[in-house]
Amino acid sequence: MITYITRRLVLALVTCWAISVISFIIIQLPPGDFVNSYIANLSASGSMVSAAEADAMREQYGLNRPIWVQYGKWMGRVLQGDFGMSMEWGRPVLEVIGDRLWLTIVISIAAIILTWGIALPIGIYSAVRQYSIADYIFTLIGFIGLAVPNFLLALIIMYLGFKYFGANIGGLFSPEYDLAPWSWDKVWDLMSHLPLPAFILALAGTAQLIRIMRANLLDELRRPYVTTARARGLQEWRVIMKYPVRAALNPFASTIGYLLPFVVSGSIVVSLVLSLPTVGPLLLRALVAQDMFLAGAIVLLLGVLTVIGTFLSDLMLMWIDPRIRAGMHG
Amino acid sequence: MSAAISTAAAPVTTAAEEKVAVATQLQLTWWRFRRHKVAVASGVIVLFFYLVAVLADFLATNDPYATLAARSYIPPQEIHWFDADGSFRPHVFALEGKRDMKTFRLVYVADPEDKRYLELFVDGYPYRLLGLFETNLHLLGLDRGAPEEALFLLGTDQLGRDFWSRLVLATRTSLFIGLAGVAISLFLGVLLGGISGMYGGWIDTVIQRVIEILRSIPTIPLWMGLAAALPATWSVLQVYLAITVIISLIGWTELARVVRGRFLSLREEDFVMAAELAGASQLRIIFRHMVPSFLSHIIAAVSLALPAMIISETTLSFLGLGLRPPAISWGVLLQDAQNIQALAIAPWLLMAAIPVIVVILAFNFLGDGLRDAADPYG
Repeated sequence: MITYITRRLVLALVTCWAISVISFIIIQLPPGDFVNSYIANLSASGSMVSAAEADAMREQYGLNRPIWVQYGKWMGRVLQGDFGMSMEWGRPVLEVIGDRLWLTIVISIAAIILTWGIALPIGIYSAVRQYSIADYIFTLIGFIGLAVPNFLLALIIMYLGFKYFGANIGGLFSPEYDLAPWSWDKVWDLMSHLPLPAFILALAGTAQLIRIMRANLLDELRRPYVTTARARGLQEWRVIMKYPVRAALNPFASTIGYLLPFVVSGSIVVSLVLSLPTVGPLLLRALVAQDMFLAGAIVLLLGVLTVIGTFLSDLMLMWIDPRIRAGMHG
Repeated sequence: MSAAISTAAAPVTTAAEEKVAVATQLQLTWWRFRRHKVAVASGVIVLFFYLVAVLADFLATNDPYATLAARSYIPPQEIHWFDADGSFRPHVFALEGKRDMKTFRLVYVADPEDKRYLELFVDGYPYRLLGLFETNLHLLGLDRGAPEEALFLLGTDQLGRDFWSRLVLATRTSLFIGLAGVAISLFLGVLLGGISGMYGGWIDTVIQRVIEILRSIPTIPLWMGLAAALPATWSVLQVYLAITVIISLIGWTELARVVRGRFLSLREEDFVMAAELAGASQLRIIFRHMVPSFLSHIIAAVSLALPAMIISETTLSFLGLGLRPPAISWGVLLQDAQNIQALAIAPWLLMAAIPVIVVILAFNFLGDGLRDAADPYG
């Protein structure tokens, strides 16, 4: 059990390191360095920077040092919670991101809970009533969910909402709460806006989960212990829910590791279409404006949070599955 | 009577069994695949779309790049199939653009008196058929009329470009960027997956961890970051290639996983052992004995990887970070339909979503059928 946790932890740390390298590459990719664009920004607003000042600034940020020293300095600052300044907004990056990061997490978690909520009962139903009409219909809907890219689904739903209800269904808050400080009413308002984006995000992931659940449960249902339970006169409902479903649930929980990055990715694009106040629109703007510290910070934070989420789901999996706890596999 | 049937049926069965016994792996896979009706139908749809992609210019009715302010946002034209006397002569009514004095938008009024007949094989803008033959022959067009009165099957966009023509050209771009991306992914996947499965040990561990890391990173922010760094001065072709590479750099993991799995299981098979004992070289064992028996698995994995590639390109272009105008792809077209204002004025621009959904769905069904068929003994 300890080896399992250690292994997962090491892998998570290595992944975080890989993400930090990629984020750093993204920051470095545009031509010119941070000081160049900073000076260009300042001169655009009228103030001049002398060459000596520019050199001092390069010295301070270590821009005239080898690339790995720059990376080290950047990482050092990041670990202290200093992600640098956003060029476009003229404020610290973390301040610009603000609530948006938490809203991204809230939407992603809501989408995953909804994915499970949809896929679990449908998966069980499709397995128990294999080849029934409902089984086929659910499979088809699942496939369509898989085939429609979620930005397209958001676009279509937005258009239908506009056409038939005459309302713009984007956003996460009603206008009166948009700029208001947090309160219970605002949380409630958020809750009432959450289902639609969560549903759009969830639909893409359900198809796969339904199929996994269906296949696993079908395997379990053929096992002799199910026949034994039936022969003992257990009610059909209990027979299915008590043993096969629990056994089939296992790989279900382990897919969260792949589901989470997928949902976080999707939330970026869906947020853009539905203009949700998550990090998605911010990231796109930062990239277009080449506000690289902001963009790099968002990529880094999203990546690291996803890894943390996956690690937590691994721990959860261990709690669910006694075989992993006993060190039999994993 | 039952005896008569069994004697009559017996030779037939043996002939069929014999056929199965000597069939190659690919033949068996094909026979198995043929039974999967939905997958076969999906395969036909996919082939049809690639045919459209190859013949895109021939199918286009107008120059997809030609802009004309006088024909901005023309709604899809209604085709009337029968003439007044009941004979079959498809035609459209000539359109006259008038400015609505309240909204200052162009509104188009059809004139039922002025009929334009549809004709096959008409002359249009010049292009190269299959990139080889210079021609100006197009499948469909009108018998007469000025450029602003041409045939607009699916309407026009804001700049007055014909949407149907743009859609068929976008089909070409999007489908072939998928193919190119999968080709690169396939190369990486087979190479790294093969090494991983064949040699095992620490190389296997390293490659497996790299795959695990790549799969646990949210891809879209990553793509966005990399794609945004492409210099704005790059040509359409350079951007096209760069986007393909960016997408496939992350897309190879699934293919590598499949290849590794097959290598691992085949390595222990008796026929591989037999080939080794017979003194066959490593390369011969891999390409003569192992590859044919998992080729169908790779084909299945490829047809499941293609839709993912197409979605990636469409998403990136939709965000404005992938292909940029003047390139035309499904994502670029959907970018025009991005906000509610545009959709309210020109809802037909959302039609670019239809081929995306149909192709991705067809590829998924096809890949599913192929994956089931890839194990013909199962």
